[in-house]
Amino acid sequence: MSLLSIQNLKMYFPVRGGVLMRSVASCKAVDGISLDVAKGETVGLVGESGCGKTTLGKAIVRLLKPTEGSISFDGQDITHAGHHALRPMRRHVQMIFQDPAESLNPRHTVRDILEEPFIVQKIGSKAERQTWIAELLDKVGLSSSAADRFPFEFSGGQRQRIGIARAIALKPKLIVCDEPVSALDVSVQSQVLNLLLELQKEMGLSYLFIAHGLNVVKHMSDRVAVMYLGKIMELAPAGELYHNPRHAYSKALLDAIPVPDPALRRPRQLLQGDVPSPINPPEGCAFGHRMNHPRWKESVGMDLTLKEVAPGHWVQPCPCCTS
Amino acid sequence: MMMSTPDSILEVRDLVTAFDTDAGRMTAVDGVSFSVPRGKTLGIVGESGCGKSVTAFSITRLLPQPHGQILGGSIRFEGKDLVTLPLAEMQALRGSAISMIFQEPMTALNPVQTVGRQLGEAILLHEKCSRQAVLSRSIEMLQRVRIPAPETRIHEYPHQLSGGMRQRVMIAMALINKPRLLIADEPTTALDVTVQAQILALISDLQKEMGMSVILITHDLGVIAETCDEVIVMYAGRVVERASVYDLFARPRHAYTRGLLASIPRLDHLPKTRLPAIPGNVPSIENLLPGCRFAERSGLPHSPEQLRIRPTFIEAAPGHWVENCPACTA
Repeated sequence: MSLLSIQNLKMYFPVRGGVLMRSVASCKAVDGISLDVAKGETVGLVGESGCGKTTLGKAIVRLLKPTEGSISFDGQDITHAGHHALRPMRRHVQMIFQDPAESLNPRHTVRDILEEPFIVQKIGSKAERQTWIAELLDKVGLSSSAADRFPFEFSGGQRQRIGIARAIALKPKLIVCDEPVSALDVSVQSQVLNLLLELQKEMGLSYLFIAHGLNVVKHMSDRVAVMYLGKIMELAPAGELYHNPRHAYSKALLDAIPVPDPALRRPRQLLQGDVPSPINPPEGCAFGHRMNHPRWKESVGMDLTLKEVAPGHWVQPCPCCTS
Repeated sequence: MMMSTPDSILEVRDLVTAFDTDAGRMTAVDGVSFSVPRGKTLGIVGESGCGKSVTAFSITRLLPQPHGQILGGSIRFEGKDLVTLPLAEMQALRGSAISMIFQEPMTALNPVQTVGRQLGEAILLHEKCSRQAVLSRSIEMLQRVRIPAPETRIHEYPHQLSGGMRQRVMIAMALINKPRLLIADEPTTALDVTVQAQILALISDLQKEMGMSVILITHDLGVIAETCDEVIVMYAGRVVERASVYDLFARPRHAYTRGLLASIPRLDHLPKTRLPAIPGNVPSIENLLPGCRFAERSGLPHSPEQLRIRPTFIEAAPGHWVENCPACTA
């Protein structure tokens, strides 16, 4: 059984306007997503900015209340759970954010930051917590003297380690990693990725790994979901997706990665334009619409539920992008 | 003369740039030399805090005042030494002969002025021009950076544009006076890979059209491999390696360059395996070694002399220069 199971999840935000600030439209940030994450598995989530990756992550940790669909964690439906009901679940689902400088309280010492999860969950005595904090720092590769310093005294990579220590403090089962390394230099990036891999092995963690760096996602994930305008376009085992992408959007994303070898320079098929606004998304296949594909019209009104084209390889079956 | 190329538009020699702080004088750029071949792209790569941007700000003389100052060396642009150039002449060069693009277009653009006004300002600072001419030149430039419907976009404010569009406006502003040298400081770091590919292609197209030279500063070796002709690798305020892009990627000589290259997650790597990483962080400029600065992080045994005496910069193969620390180049 999967640890996390999302069924047809929708997350709409009202767009208010007019004198009475009535809801005049809705922004369909996540528009019907189904996804499972098994125990110990890493599912990568890629797509351009504005595709709804972060919104999906926030809905999963229930920082947002989904509009429709269901989220179940460890066999328990948490879609509509309130604050109280969520508290025991919060222990098991944690999040790592992109910018550690903004997600750590600048007025708290590292000790305060790492102690807070235990206080919120009312776990352990004061003395026990201090031992755990020391263990956590050791686990993420920081010296014990770090405990009494403030976040600004650390470099970006070290701050991200503090963010990771906080996320693993309560021994969670699932961590939503929202662009955990995009703010870091390549050398420090690999240190943090290695740490995440080690912790996963050691603690049997599952990750939902959100990033726009496809090479990073490929390295970290067992399966990868490609998201575009609130929907999943393709979902496949990482290697399969990279070697045999079926959807035009996956191909375009892969083609855009700069290859770190000047001998392999090649002319590219550049993807034009930006992700359209999710407020009035086009009908049918949104990507076919962006590409102005001649067969886009056929996808309007079609059932675009993902189809399994090879074992574990799911693609949106629109005629414009998968021919 | 060292590394002199017959046809280079910019020659930087032994540049030393320092900042005066409460804790004393910090040398951010410590004797950096390189040249930019005319019509080509020079990449500057290294981690944050290696002095890449300070080098760029030294060239344009945009160092934060009064703390930042150039203490030594020369920066010759088409024969003129920019270090000693009177401020008025420097201002005349900036934005016309030498232009710069910054990382974050949202902070580099003025949020309360329209795109058209900001483009117009760039023109009017350097020449007298009628309103009509300014408008038509601005629209033409927006067209060249492939902004759809430039006639309407020109009346919009930066917040109405997407990240990629804003970066295009910045490029339009930088190129409107047809500079001969463009300095792009992390121009695509804040952008998606797809938009990054668009912007890099745009810069290289415009470079060919206008015949300009480009300095591209980035920490992404993928971007370097795709766009540059020559590369310098900076570490802790110094250049540790300089080579053509092909030599650098095929035969990296310095341990730092090798470490950077190895730590990129590649598509052909085995997934979920340990990536080679360079341990630790770039040393802060307060406590730098006089000798090989990469010694501590390299994990390679260095002799006391190697830590004390600055390694010389030698041409190890034709056109391939490296900081000659025996431990790091072994």
